[in-house]
Amino acid sequence: MAIHLVHPFKPEKGAAPDQMIDRSTINGAVRRIPKWPLYLISVIPVVALFYAGATGQLGVDPIKEIEHELGELALQVFIASLCITPLCRLMRINLIKFRRPLGLITFFYVLLHLLVWVVLDMSLLWGQMWADILKRPYITIGMVGFVLLIPLAVTSNDWSIKKLGAAGWQKLHILTYPAVLLAVIHNVMVQKVWEAEALIYLGVVLVLLAYRYRRFLPSRRVAA
Amino acid sequence: MANRFKSDLTWGDVTPETAFLNRRAFMAGATALGAGSIMSPALAASQYSTDEEPNTFEQITSYNNFYEFGTGKTDPAENAHALTTNPWPIEIGGLVEKPGTYEFEDLKKEMTIEERIYRFRCVEAWSMVVPWNGFELADLLDMVGVKPEAKYVYFETLVRPDEMIGQNWNTVPWPYREGLRLDEAMHPLTLVATGIYGKDMPNQNGAPLRLVVPWKYGFKSIKSIVKIELTDKQPETSWNMINAREYGFYSNVNPEVDHPRWSQASERRLGGGLFAKRIPTLMFNGYEEEVASLYEGMDLRKNY
Repeated sequence: MAIHLVHPFKPEKGAAPDQMIDRSTINGAVRRIPKWPLYLISVIPVVALFYAGATGQLGVDPIKEIEHELGELALQVFIASLCITPLCRLMRINLIKFRRPLGLITFFYVLLHLLVWVVLDMSLLWGQMWADILKRPYITIGMVGFVLLIPLAVTSNDWSIKKLGAAGWQKLHILTYPAVLLAVIHNVMVQKVWEAEALIYLGVVLVLLAYRYRRFLPSRRVAA
Repeated sequence: MANRFKSDLTWGDVTPETAFLNRRAFMAGATALGAGSIMSPALAASQYSTDEEPNTFEQITSYNNFYEFGTGKTDPAENAHALTTNPWPIEIGGLVEKPGTYEFEDLKKEMTIEERIYRFRCVEAWSMVVPWNGFELADLLDMVGVKPEAKYVYFETLVRPDEMIGQNWNTVPWPYREGLRLDEAMHPLTLVATGIYGKDMPNQNGAPLRLVVPWKYGFKSIKSIVKIELTDKQPETSWNMINAREYGFYSNVNPEVDHPRWSQASERRLGGGLFAKRIPTLMFNGYEEEVASLYEGMDLRKNY
């Protein structure tokens, strides 16, 4: 059995009472859905993208297209994974079992996004890439975001939770928040001008982070 | 000014229109035979044309930066059909002998249209090879007569938000503006393009007339021009107004001077598919021999 670190059913003050929606049905259905198909489904857009790119269906610059699509997919799944806790606390819909798959899929897409940059976009020109990482803020930010995700991906298993202890594991996984913030900032900065879509992603992430800030900080102050 | 071009010296080999059309037919035939890169010198291409293989018409017209029609690369191809280009009055003024409003079709008749196959290098570090048709900007400036006090040429793109859907957003302070120093403007490489592949300029590429300055980053090559003004002061240019640290007035292609956003050391030549390797970017986009003298003694790091 998976270990639930955040107690999902501790309702917020003012949350809707249970009887208003029949959540037991939703949550019961969710319980019956296995999570392994998510991993398989996550591969489909990747295969589709590379196939479309290789067969000339991604326009004049298939490399940029694949690179951007993978980055955007990563951001979308990352945001989805961050919606699970508030969904649980505010709406009392329990999708917690999907949080780990979504996190790992995020990492999978980010890794591919980076590999496409390294191999296809930059043609393995290490010197130029290193200079880009140091000199170009949006690349620096993206790279730091990626590095923050590595310990999260590596410890996304039951063994690591036991090894680190629930509290230690949870502390480590606070890295999710700076990582997602860097990801959306990276996405805003990649654009040459202010793009509405990138700003919407930024806004959504800020709301999701504000929700946690509200939840975390006061309790920490109390704890200290 | 180093080498003002004299038209009686080097244009003995200007392609006559019939020969040009024959050449296109030849190219079409050659492409059909799978030998598209064969280019015979006997077909009298411009001495300024590169012999690199041009990108296809499809590629050149479906991947554009033209924020007047949206910021996505395919937005211009999708949205530019709304633009009406006839009539197309062009206001030419400032420090010129014959200021006035010139209609594009009348003006085109006065000019010698030729083909120029140029490398086109975007500041975003991608590039294409484009067979433009057009005339030298110098010929147009000579026609209107440049006053001796003039030092710069300023250009403006059309503002018509009901046809240019991207202008409904303030991504760029409209109108799009560009400028050249007079010697750059008079250089024989500097082209006013009126078409691609022998066809009229497609709307998404800047119909009916646009600038092409092949040794500068693509954004200098302003599209759909409605105003040309000769000035004695360096004019405002759009990307410089948006972000002066990233985009200078000169914006010459220079692999040694980095853009804060993109290394300019190498580029991706589009059209090569998924596994095309990066190629090194050349000084002045490979036009160093022709234009380096314009910038003699200038610090190109400061004047980026």
